[in-house]
Amino acid sequence: MDKNQILEKLAAVVMDGTEDEAKVLAQAVVANKIDPLEAIEQGLSKGMEIIGGRFERGEAYLPELLMAAASFNAAMAVLKPEIEAQKKQLVKLGKVLIGTVKGDVHSIGKDIVASVLDTSGFDVVDMGVDNPSLNIIQQAEKIQADVIALSSVMTTTMPAQKEVIDTLKEMGIRQKYFVIIGGGPVNPEWADRIGADGYGKSAIDAVALVKGLMAKKK
Amino acid sequence: MIIVGELINASRKAITEAIKNRDVEAIQAVACQEHEAGAHYIDVNAGIFLEEEEDYIRWLVQTVQAVVEGPCSIDTPNPKAIEAGLSVHQGTPMINSISLESDRYNKMIPLLAGTDCRIVALCMSDEGMPKTAEDRLRVADKLINGLVQNRIPLENIYVDPLVQPISVDRTFGIEFLKAIALIKEKFVGVHAMCGLSNVSYGLPGRPFVNQTFMSMAVALGLDGAIINPLDKRMMANIIAAEALAGRDNFCMNFMKAHRAKKFEF
Repeated sequence: MDKNQILEKLAAVVMDGTEDEAKVLAQAVVANKIDPLEAIEQGLSKGMEIIGGRFERGEAYLPELLMAAASFNAAMAVLKPEIEAQKKQLVKLGKVLIGTVKGDVHSIGKDIVASVLDTSGFDVVDMGVDNPSLNIIQQAEKIQADVIALSSVMTTTMPAQKEVIDTLKEMGIRQKYFVIIGGGPVNPEWADRIGADGYGKSAIDAVALVKGLMAKKK
Repeated sequence: MIIVGELINASRKAITEAIKNRDVEAIQAVACQEHEAGAHYIDVNAGIFLEEEEDYIRWLVQTVQAVVEGPCSIDTPNPKAIEAGLSVHQGTPMINSISLESDRYNKMIPLLAGTDCRIVALCMSDEGMPKTAEDRLRVADKLINGLVQNRIPLENIYVDPLVQPISVDRTFGIEFLKAIALIKEKFVGVHAMCGLSNVSYGLPGRPFVNQTFMSMAVALGLDGAIINPLDKRMMANIIAAEALAGRDNFCMNFMKAHRAKKFEF
């Protein structure tokens, strides 16, 4: 296999291959001395983008998106040590702090968004569920996040999304972060009403949203 | 099978509008359809309205019960909205739902203790969503004991083991099903109920997945469902599944349904 073939196969394996196949291909990247960063950019990420587009158009379904993320991660597990050994750095598109708000223990939607953002090239820090507003803000300050992504899956916990934004304002650091929101009962009107920087309906939506916001920053 | 009609839910656009405009006729039309289709309880949900939820729940209960001779299922995790619904409800309502999340649990128990409300007990706790059948049993155990200690009879408790999408984790379907069997075996007399459309989230062909899942759940002891009672295929599916599960004496209900042409779509 030449380099282009391997890159093409990497994209293909993300789209519809297994984790094991992805791992074998990543090992081929290393064996053939292909630049691992190029393999990610021209292979794995390309595959993620294509599957993301299909998902958005309703041609691919959630399990396919999640399987793609699993294959992506399996290949990354092989490539990451190589990148570190070459003292190269994976350029991240931005740092996203994600979590479910206080009083809400739902994790599935948030996990999917975190995983897809991660495989789309963002540095994602996942705080898990039931996070008091102040904890979220402290963590954002600590890791110097660009974006705070807040999930709320119950109407009763949606006000906690507002609380985070209001607290950021009170602390005078609202402009330091983009705050985006999502979750079953959340909608764009709610995002407007509480002064969020954006709303995403799906994980793929979230990728476009965060990319757009990061472009504004530059 | 106890059927709870799920259509009066503010997350549905037509209902959002009807609630906002206080459109009595629109709400009553849906309630009547659900009732005629065989719903034992008419679920009322005004969750998306946050601040106005209490008022809307009160209005929904009154509006529905003005035309339907039957109870409502008051669908909210908000204790104040439940109180509002209870204040005007005629007969014995279902409360949808309590969970083991401490805030929700502690506020709701005083409202429900000693009443004869039917109570949906959702298997969710401060530790999050349960993954395995055993996780669900542990939460159900605490919930059931808590409710019984607060003078809620076992047969008024409807445990909802919490359906999660198989698109996310292929074990979510089977673990839910196993949980039904475990819970019904350990707590004889308790009911198992659920809203099951979540199981097919993220998949194509959702109605087909939902119907199949319903059949499997009925086999393991599900005896309550929060569904769209106007979905004829689902309703037919439940009738056949109950007969197959040995819960239809001499298959009488099945044949009655046949004569009422419930298997013709």
